[in-house]
Order: sequence, then C-alpha cells, then structure tokens
Amino acid sequence: MLAVRDLRKSYGRVVAVDGASFSVEPGQLVGLLGPNGAGKSTTVAMIAGLVTPDSGAVTIGGKPLSGDTDPQKRLIGLVPQDLALYEELPAAANLRLFGSLYGLTGRPLEDAIGSALLLVGLAERAGDRVKTFSGGMKRRLNLAAGLLHDPQILLLDEPTVGVDPQSRNAIFENLEFLKSRGKALLYTTHYMEEAERLADRIVVMDHGRVLADDTLAGLRERAGRDAGPGASLESLFLAMTGRTLRD
Amino acid sequence: MALAPLAALVRKDLQIFFTDRRAVVLTLAIPIAIASFFGSLFGGFGDREVAKVAVAMVNQDGGSLSKRLIAATAADKSLAVTETPLEEARAAVQSGRTAVAVVIPPGFGDTAVRGFIAQGEKANLELLTDPSKSAEVSLVKGVLTGHLMEAVTQDAFSGPESRRLLDEGLKSLETSGMPAEQRDLLRRIMESSQALQRSQEASGGQARGLTIPFEVKETVVTGNPLLKYNGYAHSFAGMGIQFALMAAIELAAGILLERERGLWKRLRSAPLSRSTLLLARAISGTVITTMTLLVSFAFAWIVFKAPIGNLAGFLAVAIASAFMAATFGLFVAAIGKTPAATRRAAIFVVLVMVMLGGAWVPTFIFPAWLQQFTWLVPVRWAVDGFDAMTWRGLAFSDVLVPVGLLLGFGVLCFAAAMWRFRWEEA
Repeated sequence: MLAVRDLRKSYGRVVAVDGASFSVEPGQLVGLLGPNGAGKSTTVAMIAGLVTPDSGAVTIGGKPLSGDTDPQKRLIGLVPQDLALYEELPAAANLRLFGSLYGLTGRPLEDAIGSALLLVGLAERAGDRVKTFSGGMKRRLNLAAGLLHDPQILLLDEPTVGVDPQSRNAIFENLEFLKSRGKALLYTTHYMEEAERLADRIVVMDHGRVLADDTLAGLRERAGRDAGPGASLESLFLAMTGRTLRD
Repeated sequence: MALAPLAALVRKDLQIFFTDRRAVVLTLAIPIAIASFFGSLFGGFGDREVAKVAVAMVNQDGGSLSKRLIAATAADKSLAVTETPLEEARAAVQSGRTAVAVVIPPGFGDTAVRGFIAQGEKANLELLTDPSKSAEVSLVKGVLTGHLMEAVTQDAFSGPESRRLLDEGLKSLETSGMPAEQRDLLRRIMESSQALQRSQEASGGQARGLTIPFEVKETVVTGNPLLKYNGYAHSFAGMGIQFALMAAIELAAGILLERERGLWKRLRSAPLSRSTLLLARAISGTVITTMTLLVSFAFAWIVFKAPIGNLAGFLAVAIASAFMAATFGLFVAAIGKTPAATRRAAIFVVLVMVMLGGAWVPTFIFPAWLQQFTWLVPVRWAVDGFDAMTWRGLAFSDVLVPVGLLLGFGVLCFAAAMWRFRWEEA
C-alpha cells in the first residue's frame, strides 16, 4: 500500500534521512522507532507531502505522490505530534473544516464527523470548544481529524504523548479497529511497550538510516544469544542505537 | 482551484474572529474612539470657531501710535491680546501660556514715523516667542505688520510730528545734492502732503493711514457643493487604515502561531494548492477588515455626519484597502520567524507607513525630501481615496488610480508571500 524507496533529505550539510526504504501493507501497523534526530519525523513529513525529498520516492498503491494537489493525498491521513486543532472552535467545527479540505460536503461530511467522534468517544462533546477539552480528549480528537476522510494509510506521529492511561488505551483500541478494517498504519513512538503491543513490524532508524525492518521476533532472532529469547524491545533498541545521549 | 475547501478555510477564519466577542467589540471600538479624537483635532465638523492665538503686548512707549496698535490687534478675531508688564509677558511665554509677547520700546512711535517719512533709523519691535509655536508666531507677525503699517502711515500723514518732519524735509531738500528734476518731484509730493494735512485739519477730519487694499473672500472647494469639509471623515480614513494594518499584523502572527501549533502540517497534508491556502487567508482578512472599515465609517456617518459623497467609490476604496492590508499581513507572515518577533518588527513598519501616509498629521508639514516618498506609501493612496469619496465629493473615476494602486500593491504582496512562504513542514 505504502512504499518508501531510498528516500533522502538534507538540510544544508545535515543529512536528515539517508536512503530510507520500507513499506506498509493493508491491515498492518508498522512501528517506526528511533532516538531523537533519527529522521523519523522528516520521513513521515515526506510521506505526507509536507517536505519534498531530495531523492527517492514515496508510492501509494504503486503510484508516486506528485505535488500538493495530487488526489492520492486523499488516501493518506496524518495525525501530527502537535495537537493540530483550532481550540477556539467546537470539535465538530474542526472536523467539518478538515473534512471539507478533502472534498467532503453535505450529508457524507456530517456522517463522517458523527462516525469519527463516536469512534474516539467524543460524540457527546461535538458542540464544545476544543479549549475546554482535557489533553486526552484533544489527542483523541486529533486522531479523529486524521481519519475523518477514511484514508487507506494513517500516519501517526507520536499520537499518545502526554495522555492518561485511559485515553491511551482508547487510542490503542481505535488503532486495532482500524487495522482490522484493512488500513495501513505507520506509527512513530518513543514508547517501546506501545510498539510491542501494536506493531506487526518494526522499523528502527538512526542517523537517517534504517537499521532494522522486521517483526519483534525477527529482531530478537537477529540479536542472537546476547539478547536472549525474551529480550524486551527496549533492550534490542538500545543494542542497535547505543546508549549515547541524543539532543 | 477547489472552491469548497477555499470556502471552508474562509468560513473557519470568520468563525474564529467572531468567537471572541470581546475582541470583536474592541476591534471595532478602538479605531472609532481614536478616530473620533483625531477628527475633533482635524477640524471636526469644519465650521467650528478657530482658537485664538494668545499674545501679550508690552507697551513701554505709551504714545498714541502704540495705543492704537494695541487696540487694533486686540480687535483682531484671530488674536487674544492682553497688555502686561515685560516680566509677566516673558514668564507667560516661558511657561507656554502665551505664544508671543510683543515689546513696544520707548520712542517706538516717533522713530517709526520718522523712518517712514525721512528714511531715517528704523524702529525696533521685539518679539519674545515660544520656539514650539512657530506657526502661531508667523500668524502674529503677519497680523501685526498690517496693523502697524496702518498706524504708522496714519501718523505720517497727520499730526504735529508729521508737519515738523515735512518742514525739515523740505528745507534739507535744497542741500541734498539730488538731481534737480528728482528734487522737484519730491518737493511736490511733500507739499501735497502738507496741503492734505491742512485740509484735514480745517475740516476737523481724522487722517487715515495706509491699509491693505483688498479683503480675502474664502470659498471652500469640493467636488460636490453640498458637501463641506468634515475632519471626522479624514480621521476615520487614517485611523481605519492604521487599524486595518494592525489587524494584518495579527493575521500574520496568527499564521505563525498556527505553524507553531502544527496546524499547517494538517492543512498542507490535504490535497490543496499553496495558493488556495494563502488566498483563503487573503479573502477572510479582506472580509473582516472591510467589515471593520464599514462599521467605523457608519459610526462616523451617524454620529459625526461624515458624508459619503460616492457610495460605490467608497466601497471600492474600502475593499481595495482591506485587500492591501490582508495581503500585507500574508507577506509579513511569509518573512516572519516567530509571532512575537514578527509582531514587534511589523508594528514599527506599520507605524512608519501610517505616519508617512498622512494618517496622523497632514503630509504638508513634512520636509520636502520626505514628502516625495509619501506617494510610495499605500496608506496615502487609501487615505486620499477615502477623502475623495467622502467629504471631497469627487467622482468614481477619481478613485480608479488609488484603487488600482492598492490592488496592485496587494497582488505584489500576495506574490511575494507565495514566493517567500516557508512551505516545508518538517
């Protein structure tokens, strides 16, 4: 569904992404892990069309993304790390705007808003301004805004930062539901237990390069006897990326 | 370009604007309050009484000429004259209570008349002036000159001193060394003056001095004879544009704030062109600013009777000015880094534009080198356009150039914003 091939991006002399390649299939959740500055966010930004790659390609269903208005962008839903919501407006008004940007209008738009709010447990608060929401509710609405137009690919950039366990669990259930409906999900996180619970495959990046692209079992197998059969993802991650502090 | 997303983005901006009712009220009330104040300074309704200039007269001469001079200046409708001792007059000027003190020194009357008839030493009249009131000083000098000429020439053509001076003049004429032909002509003038004096004394009449041989009739000229100058119309134009540009700064800061909050990532991830995203902001900014201008002028029209001479032209200037301000905001957002830094720098630029545009004070008081730059400032085009369509009562065709310039400036700002905007959202 989503394929990234030899993606490269530099800012001046700093290489942010250096030949990253991986893919995400329908009904699959791929965890994209890496320390700070590994190139995860830049990779997600290039997939979403926010940043133009220096070279390489992003293909959706085998077709490359081309330009700001490429209709294929409708197949992608982005859930940014920031709470990308208009706090002055009610939840439904936010979703009405974001749905309109993807060409939804009228009854289909209102149905999509109702379904998305129901999915994230905010149907009762549709008319309330976002600034009255808790952090967890805002995170759930952020997720709803990303999947409102029923995209086939969902890009989730640390979608659970700063939320309480209840909201986090609700988001996990939402993602598992979406996966069961055949959506392709790319999920970046610093929380290893989230990737352990949700990810079908794990891509580890560091210094702009893909260090590993495998299942959790495969990563353990690659780590060999040193890691042991029950090694945690965190210990595997540290073994691959080192223990040096990152800025 | 997809119109539904464009409309949704514009609607969103309008919704956000009207969400904060207190901010909406302030957005409308502040320019109205300040424009009302400036309007009263700029002449208000245009028919108010002009304030008199305070003048202190110090009479150290005490003669009839100086008394007549003081009486004449006191009767002038543009001056408020008080007769005071020297030290009191000096203190009044020092404290700013009085613009000018006129010191008439001892012997002033005699010296002045002698100087006029016999080309002798000139009389000195001392002015003590407040350096911050140069305009008032110039006015007093002009008024004083007129009254002084009348008083001096009145004495020159009548009275014992005049007779004595004419007699002396006739005697000295023979030994003056002047060519005979010129000497004869001058003698005839002096003898005619003596004859005039005798005739006036015989008839018991009062001699008249030289007076200014004309009166000024002032006719106010506007494009519509039914309209008259209204200072409020001018001040609402200036302040309206100032606050439109201030709103543009807020528009720019809002865009940068949205970027900080990650909203532009979501907007940019949608299948929308860059021009759609910026055009939506230009449209919403234009709509909000036009509405603000219309509400302000409606207030001025109702409360201060500020006239709208040509409604179609007025609307064209309002919309073009609002478009200019909104696109200026986009350009500021395109080159800005953070909301706080951008706000500070943009406020400085806007204040300079507003000052050069004549929104605060008329541009004629600027130095000549600076005045030529005011034509480059869009605030000037907007204020001139509003003036033309309000109290000047000019035709629609008279605002085609200002409207064209404002729209052209807006298009340039939009193009520059498209070029310089930081589109990549990593």
